[in-house]
Parts: sequence; C-alpha cells; structure tokens
Amino acid sequence: MRARALFSSVLTALGLAALVAAMPLARAADAPDPAADAKAFRDYFIKKFPKVKLDDFVNGPYSMNEDMRKQWEEKEQFPPYEFALEAGKEMFATPFRNGKSYADCFANGGIGVRQNYPMFDAKEGKVVTLELALNRCREANGEKPYSYVKDEMASLTAYMAFTSRGKPFDIKIPDDPRALEAFQEGKRYFYTRRGQLNFSCATCHVQSPGERIRAEILAPALGILNAMPIYRSEWSGMGTISRRFTTCNSQIRGVPLEPQSDEYRNLEYYLSYVSNGLPISGPGARP
Amino acid sequence: MASTIRVRAINSGDITEVQALIQHPMDSGYVKDAQGQTIPPHFIQQLTFEYDGKAVFVADWGPAVSKDPYVKFAFKGAKKGDDLKVSWVDNKGASDAITAKIQ
Amino acid sequence: MNRIIGATALAASLFSAALAPAHAASEDDFKTAYAAADAAEKQAGALRNRWTTTEAALAAARKAAEAGNFDQATSQAKEAEALAKASIFQATSEKEAWKALEIK
Repeated sequence: MRARALFSSVLTALGLAALVAAMPLARAADAPDPAADAKAFRDYFIKKFPKVKLDDFVNGPYSMNEDMRKQWEEKEQFPPYEFALEAGKEMFATPFRNGKSYADCFANGGIGVRQNYPMFDAKEGKVVTLELALNRCREANGEKPYSYVKDEMASLTAYMAFTSRGKPFDIKIPDDPRALEAFQEGKRYFYTRRGQLNFSCATCHVQSPGERIRAEILAPALGILNAMPIYRSEWSGMGTISRRFTTCNSQIRGVPLEPQSDEYRNLEYYLSYVSNGLPISGPGARP
Repeated sequence: MASTIRVRAINSGDITEVQALIQHPMDSGYVKDAQGQTIPPHFIQQLTFEYDGKAVFVADWGPAVSKDPYVKFAFKGAKKGDDLKVSWVDNKGASDAITAKIQ
Repeated sequence: MNRIIGATALAASLFSAALAPAHAASEDDFKTAYAAADAAEKQAGALRNRWTTTEAALAAARKAAEAGNFDQATSQAKEAEALAKASIFQATSEKEAWKALEIK
C-alpha cells in the first residue's frame, strides 16, 4: 500500500513537471527589465479584478471577498495588532545599553522609512530587508539579535510600518548588475514550484487569488507585503515577513530555509518592487 | 503596569455601543509547547461590564475563547460622560479592571 | 519527450525498488538504504529544495532501526530516497519550468 502511495506521489510530481514542460516555451533570455515586469504584474491583477481599486489590493483577502471585508472593517476599529504596536513603539524608543537607539541606525530616525525596504546595499552587494537592518542595528550596538519569527521583531516592524502608513512602496533597483540579479532571483523563487505539494508562490497568489484553499481566501500577490507584519488569527499572534515565508514553505511540505536567507531577501525585494506605488497598510490583521 | 483592557464606548441617542479588546493568553490547557509539555489552562472565567452599579453584560468564558479576546455589544440607558466599568477574573484568581468614560 | 520517458523510467525503477523482495531486511540492508537516502537528501539540500516528508521518512527510518525493526527501517529509508530524488528532479526541472508561470 505504501508503495502505491509512493508511486503515485512521485508520478504526480513528474506528471506536473511534464505538464509544465509541455506548456508554450516562450521567454528568450533577454536583459532583466524590472519596470516592465512590475507593469505586467500590476496589469495582470487589474485585468483579473477590474472592480478592485488599485490601492485596495494591499488588503489581501478583504479586497477579494465582501463578507470578509465587512468583518475586517469592524475589527479595524479595535485591531488585534494594537498590543504589538504599542510594545513596538516602546521598544523602539528604549535605548540600548550603550546609550544609542534604533533611531541612530536609520534615516529620519527610523520614522516613516519602512516603504524604502528592502534596499540594495552596494557595499555588501546584497539586499537588506527591514528585519535584517533592525537586527544589524542591535548587533552593532552590542545587543543580541531577535529571532526573525517571534514577537519582538514583529512588534518593532509593526511600529515602523505604522509610521509609514499610507506611504507608497518605493523600492529602488540601482543600475548595478548585482541588484538586477537579486531582483531576478527573487522573481525566479516566486514562480518556482517547491515542496512535495509542488506549489510555487504563484500557484496560490497569481493563479488563484480570491479562491479558497481549505477555509482561507487567497490574497493576490500584488500588494501582499504592504500589510506586514500581520496579526494572524490562525497564529493567535503577530507574524513577520520571515515567519510568513517560512510557514508558507512548510505548508507546501518544503523544508523552510533560514530566515533572511538570500532567497528570502531576494523574494522580498521582488515582491516589494512589483508593488511600488501601492500604500503601506501595516501592521495588518488577517484570518 | 498598563491595563490589559482596551475599551471604547460610543453613545448615540439611547444606544451605547461597546467594544473591548483584552490582553490575555487564554490558554485552553490542551496545547503542548515545543518541548511536548502541556501548557496549563489559563483563561478568563468571567468578564463583567457595569453601568451605574449594575451589570449590563456578563460573559462566562472557558477554554474555547481564543487569545486576546475581543467583545462587542450594545446596551440602552446610558449617556455621554457616564462611567462604564470593565473587569475580569481568570482561573488563576488574577483580575484586572478599568473604568472608561462613555463617549 | 525524452525527459518524460526518462522520468517515467525513474519512477518505474523506484516503484520496483519499493516493492522489495519478501525476505527480512538485515541491518546491512538498512545501512545501505539509509546511506543512499541520506546522500540524496544532502543533494536536495544543496539544491535548497528539501521536502518535509523526506525528513520525516528519514526520521522514521532511524527510529525503526533503533528499535531493531530493520524491515520497517529499510522500507522507510527507501521511501525517503524516492522522495529525495523526486525533490531533486523538481529542483532541476524547475530551473527552466518556472518561466512558464511568469506573468509577462
């Protein structure tokens, strides 16, 4: 019996791969054009959901389902992320043991800058996310880094997102081949099938937004990071971008990579860039 | 220490609509931690809203209510500027209370 | 097309491997099977594409072996190897296949 199950699971993976291989082979290896990619990305969702206002995509499943939206709007009067937000504000204002504070690590004292992350760091040659920048700030000032998937990081990023509410994502890709490569890698990650369930991010968030996966309504990929970090009812708590990336991986039976691995940093870069112009709405609440 | 209770009561004519968000782990006693140990039950047993010395809303809760519970209800007979007292007691005997002005 | 034929042949050989002969597996059988599974999983790891189910099968194989149940341990190890190889196949074919999903 196990052999048959094994056989069919292997065959499913192979069959799916064969099906994908049979699809039209189109794309020549042309030079990366992030602006064109972002425009195509946006146009796809606008066309698929003509009744949704562009800015509304940042509200994820609530832009896709009227009943859920009503419940969410009611909850937003008294949002579940309030505790984390308050904690984050306090944490941000508390100096490190050496007397410095988070404000010293960021432009404008860290207020109203969330929409610029991730940014490409030319010295390092890699993408730096907000979560990474916060932990580097801690370590540069003699403090231990926080876990990327736990409450402290969520509280800090909740506060920083809140100070940027309404500001449009403004991710820059400098004219540097390494930055273009990071964007391409993020894009590749997004569309690559992984895990035993053979899903890519696109499988749910490009092919099936607004539809259900078990009991959940799927969010569109456009604007999907704008509400982060989120209070998720499923988690009975807050979750960072790192938490969402790693749990998405394990949900499709892929072993998650380390939080803030290159792949995740690049993925965040890609997803944020293609949502340029859409407003930061974080911290958010989700089912 | 900051209160665990956030409450907002808005009066409109005869009706006062109350919303409250309470910070509490609401552990059911059925969940295990990462080490495999059962997290002991720790939940609010009674939540009370009082107006003018009388209870206008009482909730008897148990393990089925999730963490950081949110409550919303409406009642009659209050007016702007009056006090609304909110209090809870949990299964460990801990409690918290807050008095808010009806807006 | 050749890839599909090759892939089906791979599936067939894994299938027949899983339908192991009826004699009891020895500790050596287990060690061989586990080494193969482990090597394949390391390869999947290098491709940054391990599956949680492969890890679970490897753990189950180790646990059965510790209990001295080498039949179970060997068949779990073989299942782990098949899963690991499928994940390698996925990672390799997705290097090109991802483009078919891209919004253009």
